[in-house]
Amino acid sequence: MQALRGLAVLLLLQAAGEGITRALALPFPGPVVGLLLLLLALNLPLLRAPVAAAANLLLSHLSLLFVPVGVGVIVHLKVLSEYAGRLALVIAVSTWAGIAATAWVTQALMRRAQAAERGGASAPCRDVDEEGTP
Amino acid sequence: MTDVVHLWTYLASSPLFGLTATVTTYVLAHALHERLGRAPWSNPVMLSVIVLGSVLLATGTPYPVYFAGAQFVHVLLGPAVVALGWPLWQRRAELRRRALPLAVGALVGGGVASGVAVGAGWALGLPTPILLSLAPKSVTAPVAVGIAERLAGVPALAAAFTLLTGVVGASSAKYLLDAMGVRDWAVRGFALGTASHGIGAARALSVHPEAGAYAAVGLGLQVLFASFLIPLVAALFR
Repeated sequence: MQALRGLAVLLLLQAAGEGITRALALPFPGPVVGLLLLLLALNLPLLRAPVAAAANLLLSHLSLLFVPVGVGVIVHLKVLSEYAGRLALVIAVSTWAGIAATAWVTQALMRRAQAAERGGASAPCRDVDEEGTP
Repeated sequence: MTDVVHLWTYLASSPLFGLTATVTTYVLAHALHERLGRAPWSNPVMLSVIVLGSVLLATGTPYPVYFAGAQFVHVLLGPAVVALGWPLWQRRAELRRRALPLAVGALVGGGVASGVAVGAGWALGLPTPILLSLAPKSVTAPVAVGIAERLAGVPALAAAFTLLTGVVGASSAKYLLDAMGVRDWAVRGFALGTASHGIGAARALSVHPEAGAYAAVGLGLQVLFASFLIPLVAALFR
């Protein structure tokens, strides 16, 4: 029941998000606005346990939810196979470049921030690789 | 024999087919994924899409007929995206403290992913509508489709590129990040969510809760940045 209550909360917030994006003609999808609304709504302690139950249920099988849209790829097989080799190369290389760039920049900035914190106050040390071994 | 044909005709055209096929295939794909020690290359989304796509093509079942049943799974994607707020809220203090590294990392990483895709595609001579559909490929599908529309790309292709990007990231990021020596779960998850949106986030969540939360942040920041910046940058090139 707890999870069902939580699902009702999530659906209401998504609906509110859809309403807001439409009314204000925002370039974001409704569920993303719903996510921001959830961050506000969780200030009500009453909502926390139900939302936790529903979120754990939905997020533990998040992969399943991408399958129906994913199968839609078959509709575009003609174009995809026409440029198959080049598209595969472009998509793979750009994805790896994106992952590497994000990881590298974020890690460098986080370490710098942690070092600064440690210089000032006693910050808990949660990084695995403090000395930056290559 | 005709009874079997009748039964198949009935089943294949009823919404029950798409729903049953989706859930059953995913359960089997997930079981195989577990058997293989959750190896990233055995990504359950990828396996399910390959199996279901092959079945539809082999039986000549049109995608809309399949989707009539599969949509009951698909609608849950909305509340699931809202639910990504829960792991964020649990780590809100830590995230606020790290707001700057995360925002800069998302900008650089998203820019590199999109820039390399369009640049490499251009160098390889892909046509312009395809290049414009590649630009938003690291953003979650519904937003990528909207961006591609505004760029005069092909929305349906953008959705396909987004899916492929998610699968590539989810099935290979581990090896890349291991090779780079990135061991912090926060950074690993954030990179996966930034470059490979929801499918990457799903993988991150299944590996480690902290990685999952940071993947959700990465996905969210991509939505915010990409929906403003990609159309802006595209306008500069016109």
